[in-house]
Amino acid sequence: MNLWLIPAFPLLGFLLNGLFGRRFSKPLINLIAVGSVMLSFLWVLKTLNGLYPIEQPHLEHYFTWIQSGSLNISVDFGVDRLTAVFLLIVTGVGLLIHTYAMGYMEHEGGYYRFFAYLNLFMFFMLTLVLAHNYLLLFVGWEGVGLCSYLLIGFYFLEKFATDAGNKAFIVNRIGDFGFSLGAFLIFKQFGSLDFTQVFEGANKMPVENSFGLMTGICLLLLLGATGKSAQIPLYVWLPDAMAGPTPVSALIHAATMVTAGVYMVARSSALFLHAPIAMDTVAVIGLATAFLAATIGLTQFDIKKVFAYSTVSQLGYMFLGCGVGAFSAGIFHVMTHAFFKALLFLGAGAVIHGLSGEQDLRKMGGLAKYMPITCATLAAASLAIAGVPFLSGAASKDLILEAAYQHAPWMYWVAVFTAGLTAFYVWRAWFMAFTGEYRGKKQDEHADAGHGHGGHGHGQPHESPFVMTGPLIALALLSLGGGFLSVTKWLEPMFALHEEAVPFMIRLMPAVMAFGGIFLAFVFYYLKPGLADSFAGAFGGLYRLVFDKYRIDEFYNAVVVEPVIQGSRTVLWKGVDAGGIDGAVNGLGRLSRGTGSILRLMQSGSIRAYAAWVVFGSVLVILAIGVAGGLR
Amino acid sequence: MPALPFPDSVPLSWYLILSAVLFCLGIAGFVYRRNVITVFMSIELMLNAVNLTFITFSYKLKHIDGHIFAFFVMVVAAAEAAVGLAIILTVFKNRHTLLIDEVNTLKW
Repeated sequence: MNLWLIPAFPLLGFLLNGLFGRRFSKPLINLIAVGSVMLSFLWVLKTLNGLYPIEQPHLEHYFTWIQSGSLNISVDFGVDRLTAVFLLIVTGVGLLIHTYAMGYMEHEGGYYRFFAYLNLFMFFMLTLVLAHNYLLLFVGWEGVGLCSYLLIGFYFLEKFATDAGNKAFIVNRIGDFGFSLGAFLIFKQFGSLDFTQVFEGANKMPVENSFGLMTGICLLLLLGATGKSAQIPLYVWLPDAMAGPTPVSALIHAATMVTAGVYMVARSSALFLHAPIAMDTVAVIGLATAFLAATIGLTQFDIKKVFAYSTVSQLGYMFLGCGVGAFSAGIFHVMTHAFFKALLFLGAGAVIHGLSGEQDLRKMGGLAKYMPITCATLAAASLAIAGVPFLSGAASKDLILEAAYQHAPWMYWVAVFTAGLTAFYVWRAWFMAFTGEYRGKKQDEHADAGHGHGGHGHGQPHESPFVMTGPLIALALLSLGGGFLSVTKWLEPMFALHEEAVPFMIRLMPAVMAFGGIFLAFVFYYLKPGLADSFAGAFGGLYRLVFDKYRIDEFYNAVVVEPVIQGSRTVLWKGVDAGGIDGAVNGLGRLSRGTGSILRLMQSGSIRAYAAWVVFGSVLVILAIGVAGGLR
Repeated sequence: MPALPFPDSVPLSWYLILSAVLFCLGIAGFVYRRNVITVFMSIELMLNAVNLTFITFSYKLKHIDGHIFAFFVMVVAAAEAAVGLAIILTVFKNRHTLLIDEVNTLKW
């Protein structure tokens, strides 16, 4: 089926735009960038249509990549039902976001660079999901990390953007370290990195009820996943990653790349199912992340930060789903989340675009009449993420919650409470942005609009062009109706879903929490806008703590970053490098210079002196031979 | 190699002593003389002293290697003479001197 064509189109787009884009006109760049993703999407459709129904994984072997001893790694692509879901999400949502980006990036510098990176990202992401062994998956994994870094630091003249890029890259290194160690252990245990062989080997192993090798492998893989998918303890990079352009936040840091961790865990389900301890760790980490990030989201004022923490929180739900054994529910949530979170970000981008770079919710307000389409689509996304019944978010989240209830009721209650928080904070953002009075400055006095939007010259907030609202509308429809695509049923052959009857109350609670959260947000930010501030005042200390994101960044700074910097400075730099390595090199230099300064005295330049030395030396040699008693 | 009578009246040591004397004369000339031509001739003298040793032993031991080596030395000496004299000529053309102490720019 020529699976290789799927990632090859974006790669071609990257090469064309990346190498020659500087000389291309904008329409040509658009054609290449969006066209390549479009072709990729069409090829995915054609492939999946040809393979349907994918009962058995369809594998394609291209060539042997590494052959060393018993290590044999090929470049293999494979499509099974899980991959099919991800292929559709990545290329489909990717296509919409590329289209949107044409409008959003209109006035930005580095236009071709942006689309080249975006296409490169598509290439690596598709490699990641198509890969049929852990190493090739790791190639995609690292590649998307690279693109994430490049795109977070897209506004590289801004210090905060480059810092955020570095942070994302370095934090991900920690996770990738775990992933590589996990892969090494897999190879040691199963003698292969190929999915088929590893999972066959794993299925033969007994379930580990104590801490053993499988648990170790799974925990290391989980460390990798927490880095890429922004879970505790490595989630800190994702909120900062919002320094990148908004389409990037939507595509990479909400819809696709950050779900790679979930994909990897689900892909490795054969391993995880044999390590209950690791499964519980996944669930607990997911739950803790969901709750923690949701509480932070309650207090943020930067619209993108709110959605960033929301992403972290929703990823926590996906991990919770995987951790309690409902892999298909987790994947389902990946898909619905891709719809509504991409929409939230694109909507936020449209708002920011319309306000010429303003991101602070406190300076928005009353935007509904300026940008009705954005307002309506964002409302659709907010309804979906809040968990209003029958919409996409509810469909997948409820499955996760029910699975959590069957696993451990306390997890369910925490998760349901978090669902209420979710409904509250997204609607808080919505009410703050779209209702009430416009609190921002008028554009003409708004001189220092960020991100180069300044050249607009519009007098007031304005609706976005159709290339931007079109994808918003498409995603809004998907957010509303996406819940009826029953991914869980589609994935049934791969991941069994235990649909036991749970009490009606338990089914009802998420909807109650959703409406409750929305209602509270309505009261706090529409009916009585002052109420929120008085609440914040009443819980001053706690509020400050949450507003400062629990000071986790400061904590990491003090515990990890500073010791590393200080240790590097005093021990590695001044001690090892300057003292040891430089000392040895400089010492050697001084030694040879010293001996040289003595030996150079012999070099007089007079030939007869040299001749005398030769004679002297020969006599010495002969004498030595004589003293030693001949050569024999 | 045909067996040749080794003249008993002239013992082996005499040849070697002669050779050593010639060699020392060569060294002395090489080190003490200032004219580059003389130095050059001293080198030839040393080479021939060595040749004499080769021949002597070759003759004494009835072994042809010594002869062959003597020819080698001659070839080298001839080549050296060609190159060496050419160098001397060039030096003289450039510096108008044959005194070896005045050619002292090996160390700049």
